[in-house]
Amino acid sequence: MARGSMLARGFADPVHDAQGVFRAVMDALARPGTIRPLVPVLAPPAPLTAELAAVALALADSDAALWLDAALARSQAVTDFLRFHTGARITEDPAEAAFALISDAAACPDFGAFAQGTPAYPDRSATLVLAVSDLSDRAGWRLDGPGIRGSARLAASPLPSDVLDRLARNHAGFPQGIDLIFAAAGRLAALPRSTRVATGD
Amino acid sequence: MSAASPETGYNFAYLDEGTKRMIRRAILKAIAIPGYQVPFASREMPMPYGWGTGGVQVTAAILGRADVLKVIDQGSDDTTNAVSIRAFFARTADVAVTTRTREATVIQTRHRIPEAPLHEGQVLVYQVPIPEPLRFLEPRETETRQLHALAEYGLMHVKLYEDIARHGHIATTYAYPVEVAGRYVMDPSPTPKFDNPKMDDSPALQLFGAGREKRIYAVPPYTRVRSLDFEDHPFRVQRFDRPCALCGAEGVYLDEVLLDDAGERMFVCSDTDHCEERRAEGHVGEEAAHA
Repeated sequence: MARGSMLARGFADPVHDAQGVFRAVMDALARPGTIRPLVPVLAPPAPLTAELAAVALALADSDAALWLDAALARSQAVTDFLRFHTGARITEDPAEAAFALISDAAACPDFGAFAQGTPAYPDRSATLVLAVSDLSDRAGWRLDGPGIRGSARLAASPLPSDVLDRLARNHAGFPQGIDLIFAAAGRLAALPRSTRVATGD
Repeated sequence: MSAASPETGYNFAYLDEGTKRMIRRAILKAIAIPGYQVPFASREMPMPYGWGTGGVQVTAAILGRADVLKVIDQGSDDTTNAVSIRAFFARTADVAVTTRTREATVIQTRHRIPEAPLHEGQVLVYQVPIPEPLRFLEPRETETRQLHALAEYGLMHVKLYEDIARHGHIATTYAYPVEVAGRYVMDPSPTPKFDNPKMDDSPALQLFGAGREKRIYAVPPYTRVRSLDFEDHPFRVQRFDRPCALCGAEGVYLDEVLLDDAGERMFVCSDTDHCEERRAEGHVGEEAAHA
């Protein structure tokens, strides 16, 4: 990245890079628990990770507001980067956001703070994108539900200590609720609200 | 198959990036809430409503350079609708196109599900005229939305019951309502009910686009899709009392083709690719044997 106040660049190929990120997210949501490669093509200002930035640039715009966690919202470089490349409004009210970018996943706010949709319009709900350092489909929670043949495993960390309770409550509210994307270096997985999550043991 | 020469002056896959993002967000919510109809800001497309504008927009939003596209209309790769949509994407997105079900990564369909089993990694995009299964029972969108919110599907069961009272069996033969993942009742688009069992537990992702009605919905892979029925009148698919006249296939959906003014007719596979593959493998039907 250039020195001083120069903005980090966005997608080198906006059309095809955005399509690639979207397909990775779509495949991950359609098959909860599977890990999709996401080749990082961005070098956003820290603490925004390349994967969080890629999802934001691919899907957020003036019709889909962003909410940033405290660590991201504190950084002028991060907000400048996201505003310039997405054109999205950055909101302080989590309930207004279509996408929430969470760099400090262990400190993720209660899921209930985000838009849950309504009984008639459950789609008017948030997607949380959490930066995690570890992501594995060989250990961890046991998942079942739409998109999963039999059952699947998924482990992601760091996450809040009560994340399993939160995921259970989120699923219990189906069709309302939020959807989660876990983004680690070079790969991502997703948990839609339709997935039942239980302890792995 | 040779693609038409790519068109210049258009964005990749015709739609602008803002429209694609809007459709992509709708697709993601549709996948997260299987069977629920997500409203979207459907665009005017360079083809009339009823020609698959919903399916075309979904295909345009998901398509990438590496995709291989197949388009079928009533099972056939060779009808006007299928040929023109395939040419549209060959020209605006310069993607590879095919008629072979197995080779395709994205299959846009009007009114059929291919006979060959789909596999993981494939996406089936349905063109949908009327996405609301309750529409002919309750014309008000505000009401049908409430009925879905409350999972109140009694009306649909009454409709199927009236079929039985009047005809002695469930007389609905296409657009036969299904329940997705135990929650939403969904219109599978006007596919023959023969194809309903293929939607259940499919390895492929199924996306539905209704352009005029501005709705997108989805069935993720490996999802339970149950055709509505009654204990004493279980769901049954139609059966054909003869095999395909060209390839001899049984247990497939057949089209009736008139042969002459005297009313001679034959029954052939509606899935043209399936029929061609079987004939290439040496299977011969009654009509082909005479020829």
